[in-house]
This record gives sequence, structure tokens and C-alpha cells, in this order.
Amino acid sequence: MNIKDKLTVSAAPHVHDKTTVKNVMWNVVLALVPALIFATYYWGIRALLLSLTGAVTAVVCEALIQKLRKVPITVHDGSAFLTGLLLAFNIHAGAPIWLPVIGAAFAITVGKQVFGGLGNNPVNPALLGRVFLMASWPTQMTAGWVAVKDSAISGLNDLTRIATDLQSLSPKAYELVTSATPLKVAQTLRDSSFVADINAQAGGLNLSGRIFSSLTEMETLKSLFWGNIGGCIGEVSAFALLLGAAYLLYKNIIEWRIPLFYIGTVFVFSFLFGGIPGSEISMMLPFFHIFSGGLMLGAFFMATDYTTTPLTKKGRIIFGIGCGLLTIIIRLVGGYPEGVSYSILFMNVMTPLIDMLTRPKAFGRVKK
Amino acid sequence: MRLKTFPGGIHPHDEKHYSASAPISIMPTPPRVIVHLSQHIGAVSSPTVKVGDTVLKGQVVAEPAGFVSLVQHASISGKVTKIAKFLHPTGIMSMGVEITSDGQNLSVDMPDDPDFMSLDAAALKARVSAAGICGMGGAGFPTHVKLSPPEDKPIDTVILNGVECEPFLTSDYRLLVERADDILHGLRLIMKIVSAKKGFIGIEANKPDAIELLQKLTAKEKDLAVVPLKLQYPQGAEKQLIFAATGRKVPAGGLPMAVGVVVQNVATAVAIYEAVRYQKPLIERVISVTGSIVNKPMNLLAPIGTLYSDLLEHCGGVSAPIGKAISGGPMMGFALPALDAAMTKGSSGLVLFDEKAAKSMQEHTCLRCARCVDICPMNLMPSMIASAVKYKDLEMAVKAGLNDCIKCGSCAYVCPAQIRLVQWIDTGKIRYAEAMRNK
Repeated sequence: MNIKDKLTVSAAPHVHDKTTVKNVMWNVVLALVPALIFATYYWGIRALLLSLTGAVTAVVCEALIQKLRKVPITVHDGSAFLTGLLLAFNIHAGAPIWLPVIGAAFAITVGKQVFGGLGNNPVNPALLGRVFLMASWPTQMTAGWVAVKDSAISGLNDLTRIATDLQSLSPKAYELVTSATPLKVAQTLRDSSFVADINAQAGGLNLSGRIFSSLTEMETLKSLFWGNIGGCIGEVSAFALLLGAAYLLYKNIIEWRIPLFYIGTVFVFSFLFGGIPGSEISMMLPFFHIFSGGLMLGAFFMATDYTTTPLTKKGRIIFGIGCGLLTIIIRLVGGYPEGVSYSILFMNVMTPLIDMLTRPKAFGRVKK
Repeated sequence: MRLKTFPGGIHPHDEKHYSASAPISIMPTPPRVIVHLSQHIGAVSSPTVKVGDTVLKGQVVAEPAGFVSLVQHASISGKVTKIAKFLHPTGIMSMGVEITSDGQNLSVDMPDDPDFMSLDAAALKARVSAAGICGMGGAGFPTHVKLSPPEDKPIDTVILNGVECEPFLTSDYRLLVERADDILHGLRLIMKIVSAKKGFIGIEANKPDAIELLQKLTAKEKDLAVVPLKLQYPQGAEKQLIFAATGRKVPAGGLPMAVGVVVQNVATAVAIYEAVRYQKPLIERVISVTGSIVNKPMNLLAPIGTLYSDLLEHCGGVSAPIGKAISGGPMMGFALPALDAAMTKGSSGLVLFDEKAAKSMQEHTCLRCARCVDICPMNLMPSMIASAVKYKDLEMAVKAGLNDCIKCGSCAYVCPAQIRLVQWIDTGKIRYAEAMRNK
């Protein structure tokens, strides 16, 4: 028996838990399916079409570049599909179809392949694609938002709660609560000249305070949670995203530290500093902040990207808190209503530094 | 039952069902054995016999070459037929003494000394030393050295390692349930030698019958205690076990005695007991021959030096082609190039994989997913060490923990990119040793 030729000789360990890059990536895609279903339910087939366009563009781009680079084509690992899908999730349902095409192409080429592909990119490619689109086509990215059927973009559906006849009372305020996203409403109410304007239009009524407090009413929060608001395709329903996030946490694919500290920081600081003059701070204000905008999508699906976030546990806590602080700073004092993308990108860049500063102490090693 | 454990670690399938219920059976005397001269950590033993000599079972065939070395004995009776390089269970070629059996199985005298407990520490240690015992859990550190801590390092606790956290292996488990009394005698002897006041036996929760039995036997002994441990790999690693059982952290680069602890494997405890009571050298041990393709998985009490091929044959061979033959467990064991390697004192198992399980996976680029960092029981950054080694940055590798790595393999087990982290780290350790030598 010549057994010698048949035995495999390799280094230990000889067993593996069978997790592969492929099954990690496709599991994340699977976790985004509830959000995609909600988006399709709310906005119709167009949301689905835009999302798939982004994903397919990313896959095609990656394959082409890998062919050019003469390296193995690895699009079956799902990472390009995921990047394209996430990019499209950051675009609103009323956007033109070429927008996700350009965004996904940029994300894959400049965001990922330029650096050598999977595992080597310094920042989240999907987010880089998004801010590229924001900078290049701001109008297409922010205009023409489509409201979910039978609902206002802002989620403030029952305007009688603010004033019985808001439209005639203050046209400016009416325009705001019917055509802006919840975060845009919150941001605008922080503009003192705007506040003075609408309150004067309403004849001295504290209209700004009423609008602001209606943002944190249960009705509005419910809309935010389920997704009865305007927003980007993937970020609309906090519920759908939490469902996916729970799956990823259960499957041990994402780790709890970044999302918890990210959302926790936003929660605490929105409560401390989120109020506006002339309005009482509601206990529900933190909920308004964590359920609106791209926070859920960002915290669970973008800020947990392996390649661009810290390796160390302590580092991930710092990363999460950093994202949270930047998000809240941008939302409350910055020029944009929303700051999730920029916060995560900024912290991505900080990642090597964080890793260096939080290198763990070996078991049994004392500090020098 | 409150279970203790250590931080980090993984949960591989334990796969012990193949051989767990097979009682220890005696391996018939094989036609030949190879007594390796390097079965332990330390200097290679020097042979005291020459080709053509006849030897009795238990007779010395090699003497220690220094303090940190080991005496080796013939494990069967017969004739010395060759002193040459033979395949070692670690996969390398290494010097050994081949003894061809005379079929008589004649043994040197091994008198029973029922009063063995009254011997003093020095006499006990002398018998351990003469028996050529080294750690039987795998690392093979000479036991008499481990039992000779310096004066300034008083030992207060002895921990018996009954964890057997490697998947598949069941030899320690069988000893725990079949020879519990001998194990406890061994523990008492070790405690006496190092004058420790407390004795623990660490057993993982997947061996409830062993825990129950040992608890019953130690119920009236105030200074002995069973420590039931949560199922977690690598709980059997010395530093992890000490932490789990006592909460003490062995300093980096240090030995257990730095925190007043001596750890011995349960099989070693049995060997110590037999060495002291019968002056029986370490010439046989229990080894699990197991795996899904083994026809009759067994726990065999086999002479040291028995060829793996003979063990397998005794177990009825295999039901499918062998893809990989592992000496030891699948987490830290060595894949053998051939089955004619001879077992040593540290050989706790022969695990056979079929061709499918032997298939190695393609290595991908690191995703930086941090799984390896999260589970590293030594709190290191395995992916960073590996990439530093890859790019020949030894300084960085050391900063990321190169020298603290215990090579347990947990990182490579969880890596979704299938990076051979342990292999890279091992390469780094070798390069580092070279760099230190050239300094």
C-alpha cells in the first residue's frame, strides 16, 4: 500500500469552523433583504430596480477591473454585490437610474480596486460612492424625493396636530413639514430667522415649538420606525434594518460594540443637546434621532464593515463613540441635516491610528 | 453547577463520540517499536545500547543528556536492531532505537511498594526521574524538572489537567473514568513533592460522568477539589487552565511556578503513581485511535514506540481512503507524511480524516474582520502578526504578540479568509529566533 503519496501534510489546525468570506458577504446581503422588501412595498418596483442596478453595476465593474488587472475574478464572494446594494440604498427612490450606476462604478473602482480590492480599501467604498454623488450631483441626490404612499416625507402626517389650518396660517411652515425629511425639519427649526419667520406668519403663535414637539410624538416615531417617511431606499424602515441586524448579530457576523456605542452616543447626546429654544425637551427626542436618517443602516451595516474599522475591541468602542459624536455634531450644528456618511468615513480614516493606540496587552503581560 | 473558564477561545465540535465509550484496551505487543531519543523538550537522550543488544521491557536504552533531558526505556523485550533516524510524530526524521520483539515480553522487576506514600519528597522525585516521565499532554516537558521549582518560587497549588480540549481525543477521559483512584494518588504524590497545599482537577463540562466520579472520590478531602469547566478551547493550555481554576495570570514569558502553580496532565499523574509505587518506567500510554473512517475507534494502552500503522491495523483499519493522519488532536496535532511514525510519550491520539476532510482551503486576503483578535486566548492580534511576518517586519510582529502566541490555532480555526495564521506565526518565531542568534 503506497499511502505516502496520498496523505495531506499541512500545518495545524486541521479543522475549521467553515465560515468563509463568501458566506459572510452573502449573509449581509440576506440581512438587507427585509429593508429592500420594505422599500419595494413603499415605493414600488422602482426602489428594487435602483437597488439591483447598483448591485449589478458593482459586480460588472469588479469583474472587468479584475480582468484588466489579470487577477482572479472573485465577484462570486458577494462583496461587490454588497457594496453596490449599499450604495443604492443610500440613494432616494426618485433618483434617476444612472445615479446608482455611476455611484457603484466609482465605489468599486476608486473606492476598492484602486487599493488592491477586498480587504485593502481604507474607507467604506459604498459611502465613498455616496459622497461622490452628493458632491457631483447634489440636485439629483436631494431633489425629487418621493414620499411613501399616503404619507408626508417628514412623517408628520396629521398636520391638524400642529395647527388646524397650517397651510393658510404659515405657508412656509406648511412647505417645510410636507416636503422635507424628518431630519431636515429638525435642522430647519434650528435656524432662528426661519423660526422667527414662521412664528410671525402665524401671528405670534409658537409654531416652531409645536412642529418640533410633533416630531417626537408617538405617531411620528411610529412612522419613523416602520418607515412611513421619505428617505433613501435602504434607510427608510428602522424595523426592517433591525431585523437584519439581529440576524447578523445572531450569526456572529457583526459585532455589537460599534453599533451599540454609535447609536448609544447619538441617543445620549441628542437628549442633551437636541432641543431648540422655545420648546421643551421631550424624553422621546433620542428616539427621534436614532430612528431617523441613515443611522440604523449606517450603524449596523456600514460602520461594521470589517476592512475599514478597528481590529481591537477597545478600538471599536472608540470608533462607535467617534461616529456618534460626529453624527450628532453634523446634525445639530453642521450644514447638512444628516451626518452618518461623513462620520463613518472620517472614522474609517482614523482606524489605523485607533488600532495602533489600542493594541491589546497580551494575557499575563504587565504594562511597561 | 457554576462553570469556570478563561477569556477568549472557540467552540469546535468535540467529535469525541467516536471513541469516548470505548474502554481502555491493551494493544498486543507489536513486532517492533521505535523508542525515539527525543520525546521531550530538552536535550536528546544518548543511547546506552548498541545494535544486537538484547533488552528487557523496562530496561534503560538511553540516558539523559543533562538535567533537562530524559531517560528512555525499552517498551518491549527483544533485540536492538537499528539505531537510526525514524519518522517522528511531529513529521520530522529523528534518532530512535528500534527494538524487534522476541515475542516473550519479558520485563525487568517492578516490585510493589504499598507503603509508597511514606517516602519523602526527594525519594519520590528520584523515582519520577528514573522513570523517564515527561508531560503527556503533548508538550513533553520533563516532569522531574517541572517538579523541581527553585527555592524562591514556593508552590501552593497543583492542578491536574483533565480538560482534553482537543476535539476527537478521549484518552484522558478514559483514564478519568477508569483510573480515578490512580490519578488521585498521582495528585497526592505531586503535591507532596512540591509541598503544595491545594490540589485541583480541571475537567470540562462535556465529561459529566468524570466530574461526578472525581467529585465523589474527593468529597471528603478538604484540600482536593474538582473544577468543572465550561466547554471552551484551548482550556487545556496551561496558562488558560491556571486562570480558569485559580484566577491567577501567569506573567508573559513566565512559567506557572511564578504564580505558585504546577500543572500536570492526568495521564502524567498516573505515570507518576506507577513510577513511585512500582518503579515502573514510562513505557506505555493510552492513545486514542479515532476518526470517522476508523473501523473500530479505540483507546489503546500501547507500548511507547508502537508504529501508528500497527495501532491502526489493530483498530480494524479504515473504511475509506485516508486523506490526513494527525498525530495528536486536530487543533495542534501534526499531519503525518506516512503512517510508519512511532508514538512517543506525548502521543495522545491518532486521528484519521477522509480525503474530503483533508482538503485544505484556499487562502484569501485578510478582511480585517477581527475574529482572530476577538477570540485569541492570549489577547494578541494574530492577523497583524501574520501580515507583519509576511512582510518581514519582525519588530511589528513582536509588538502584535509574536512571542506570546501559544499556537493553539483558534485564530486559524475562525478565519473566514482561511489564512494559515499559525503557520505564519510559526515562521515568524523561527525567523525571530534566527535574528536573535545572529545578533
